[in-house]
Amino acid sequence: MNRRIRFTLNGERVEADVAPHHNLVELLAERFDLVGARESCGQGLCGCCTVLVDGRAVSACLYLASFVDGANVVTIESLDAAGGLHPVQEAFIENAAFQCGFCTPGFVLMTAQLLEEKPDPSDEEIRHYLSGNLCRCAAYPEIVDAVKAAARKTAAKGR
Amino acid sequence: MAVKTLNVDQVGRSVARLESRQKVSGRAEYVHNMKLPGMLYGKIFRSRIPHGKIRHIDTTAAQRVDGVFSVVTGDDVRTLVPIPYYGPAFHDQPVLALEKVRYVGEPVAVVLARDPHVADQAAQLIEAEYDELRAVYDEVEAATATIHVHEILKPAGTFPDLKYLEGRRDTNIALDFQLRRGDAGRAFAAADYVFEHTFHTQTVMHTPLEPLVSLAEPGDDSVTIFTASQSPSFVRMEIARMLGWSENQVRVRTAFLGGGFGAKLYIKLEALVAVLALMARRPVKIGLTMEEQFYHITKHATTTRIKSGVSKEGRIVARECEVYWNGGAYADIGPRVTQKSGFTAAGPYDIENVKLDSYAVYTNLPPAGALRGFGIPQLVWAYESHTDLIARQLELDPIEFRRKNILREGRPQAVGTPMRDAAIEACLEKIADRMEWGKPCYRGSAALRRGRGVAIGFKACIAPTTSVAIVNICADGSCGLYCSTVDMGQGSDTAMAQIVAEVLGMQAEQIRVVHPDTDVTPYDMATLGSRSTYHMGNAVKRAAEDAKAKLEALAREAGAEGSPIPDVFRARYGMQAGNVVGIGTFIPSYQSPDKKTGHSENVTPFWMIGGAGVEVEVDVETGRFRVTKLVNVADVGKPINPKAVTTQLSGAAIMQLGHTMFEKMIFEDGKLTNASLADYKIPGFLDLPEDLTSEFVEAEQHGGPFGAKGVGETATFGVSPAIANAIHDAVGVRIYSLPITPEAVYRAMNGLPQEDRR
Repeated sequence: MNRRIRFTLNGERVEADVAPHHNLVELLAERFDLVGARESCGQGLCGCCTVLVDGRAVSACLYLASFVDGANVVTIESLDAAGGLHPVQEAFIENAAFQCGFCTPGFVLMTAQLLEEKPDPSDEEIRHYLSGNLCRCAAYPEIVDAVKAAARKTAAKGR
Repeated sequence: MAVKTLNVDQVGRSVARLESRQKVSGRAEYVHNMKLPGMLYGKIFRSRIPHGKIRHIDTTAAQRVDGVFSVVTGDDVRTLVPIPYYGPAFHDQPVLALEKVRYVGEPVAVVLARDPHVADQAAQLIEAEYDELRAVYDEVEAATATIHVHEILKPAGTFPDLKYLEGRRDTNIALDFQLRRGDAGRAFAAADYVFEHTFHTQTVMHTPLEPLVSLAEPGDDSVTIFTASQSPSFVRMEIARMLGWSENQVRVRTAFLGGGFGAKLYIKLEALVAVLALMARRPVKIGLTMEEQFYHITKHATTTRIKSGVSKEGRIVARECEVYWNGGAYADIGPRVTQKSGFTAAGPYDIENVKLDSYAVYTNLPPAGALRGFGIPQLVWAYESHTDLIARQLELDPIEFRRKNILREGRPQAVGTPMRDAAIEACLEKIADRMEWGKPCYRGSAALRRGRGVAIGFKACIAPTTSVAIVNICADGSCGLYCSTVDMGQGSDTAMAQIVAEVLGMQAEQIRVVHPDTDVTPYDMATLGSRSTYHMGNAVKRAAEDAKAKLEALAREAGAEGSPIPDVFRARYGMQAGNVVGIGTFIPSYQSPDKKTGHSENVTPFWMIGGAGVEVEVDVETGRFRVTKLVNVADVGKPINPKAVTTQLSGAAIMQLGHTMFEKMIFEDGKLTNASLADYKIPGFLDLPEDLTSEFVEAEQHGGPFGAKGVGETATFGVSPAIANAIHDAVGVRIYSLPITPEAVYRAMNGLPQEDRR
């Protein structure tokens, strides 16, 4: 049975009909053409499908679409919607913190969330916080550099 | 220059990836995200047995599911394609299983539906009945087994040197390569010491995070295939051959790849989607799940027997290697791996007497192909573990022993090709320096022992292969590059743009790189084996030089010498109009190894050299160990983009760390038991060595574009044996099989037998 849900998507109020078995990745891609969250492992282990729901990062491949009814959903596509890049995105580019780019939106969103919680994370904190995101190209050393650079950028902007 | 241009160095600059913004904003194009109007999704029904004759496939229940468009079996495929077999080296793989199934997971039927969930559900309702046959899984056993995976060998016409295998029957050996140098038998008899060991590597998978995906759109007398492929030109030719069509009826397009590592090479799902789309007269997409991906392509498990004769002075005088490559049920590119990597099995050492035998073997397991290193990591695992064992037994320092035997510049490699621009010695010395080898190393505590090890390997580049490129200068002075090299994360778009920009005096960031589209971009053999920088790099450089020469001629003709480019076009055509198109083609010279001796004077256009130094800490109670330091050193020639090169090195090394420490496909009676990232772990943040560095030595590749050479695989070579050598150094035990798990170390320390390796 399809069900009508209403939620906020990247700041815009939207609605959609969803089936009980649809997950959030499908909803975003099929209904809203947002493909930055990608299903890869399908088990919530790789972080490629990371989306923020009510400010918390979730694995959209395991998150049923109907559960976002009434929620606030933020995807990677919103970060530079205003035109300029987010400091985390800038830092990822400047530090060559990605190769194929398939996992990158997940890393960027998790990093943004990390820096909100801990504006100046240590290497250890970065590794642990991002340990749920996998990068088969293994740009891990560069990602640590990028997170630290993003922290510096964010701090400089806050001043 | 007759035309006014920029004068800033573009090559040697760490240009950020051209597609950076698209990738950090989630907008980069992948086939994974593509859909077409009216598109059907295909879901595959797979064999649940390792080997058997197909008696009956019952699709009635699946057909009845509401929303199912059609169900297709191998027999249906034959109504469109009479001989539906494909493959790069052998035409042995059916589009869907015919008569027989040869491994668990082999595609047997496909359900098509508008809704992928419907297709998935219906596929689970298909039933197949088989007459089961005995199966064979071990590569050594299979080489002499009476169970045959294929009744007859079917080499493809693509490689003339495989022709001799045509029609061979009742064997699982798809290819046997041999090399004979000097007189190994005699040298062994005269040697002061003889050492012999056997090493194994396990089956692993590439696990690109974008799983294999292809989409075909039928035309009236044509088909367009959008595919996450590393080899669009090959896909076009192979699909055309299978359909009996001409090349220009098949159009193959790629986008960015969400990782490749060899998984997306040659032909994978493309034949299947093409046939399904032509039968359905609708676009058809098949995107595998991560789980399914494990059933399509793997890295060869191997068994290597290696024997060395050594003189009292510590010189290796003879080496004999026997390598068995577990190719799985279909050859894929395994026979090439067997030969092209096989000839380096004796290692980067100067050895007068060498005897190598390398066998590609069919088994009832998922097909094995190329994975970042094309067989080299398996060989280095054996020869560098073996080399270390010899040094230990002779009580020689491992670096010193290598120095004594190393293959120096200008000396012939075992095939007879002299080593040129191969900085083996420089790499070894840099590793020794970074490891502070001259100083005593910290040995840890009684409970946590420390040790260190090194390893070095080398690789030839696959030859001879062709690359073609087109450079197009528009009338406003902007420029496009058309080439079929696939950017799967290695940064080829950016590197190629840098080459064009360097030649034309432009800014790399302003070059538009057109992604592979076989109707638009010219032929390239494939993006594999670290060949692109050298081969396509040269073709691109030539195309840019050709464009530059034509532009200069145009300027002279129009009397606009020394003018900016737009003025040249305006002077010639009276308005902003016209193009200048430069073309470049590159194929290196090559001599095929002699069939009997394996000799060749010119076996590769360049050599890749890479090594690693490792420090480990081993818990003597549990066998748990951690890599406290990993130093990667490589000869990359002169890097086009230094930052991209460093990230390739560290990325390759970390991937190999996974293959060394935990990745392993576990089979029980041919059934894979861990086909998911939950059970098959790949390296994450917490698996990284505490201290990881990646460096290159100063070098130049003559004949390479601006002195560059390939680099994508180089840092995979040394990692595994360096870790085993370090563990031996720490706790005095030797691990002979990958992966090196804590349990394996524990068992070795306690004299317990190792687990069965499959």
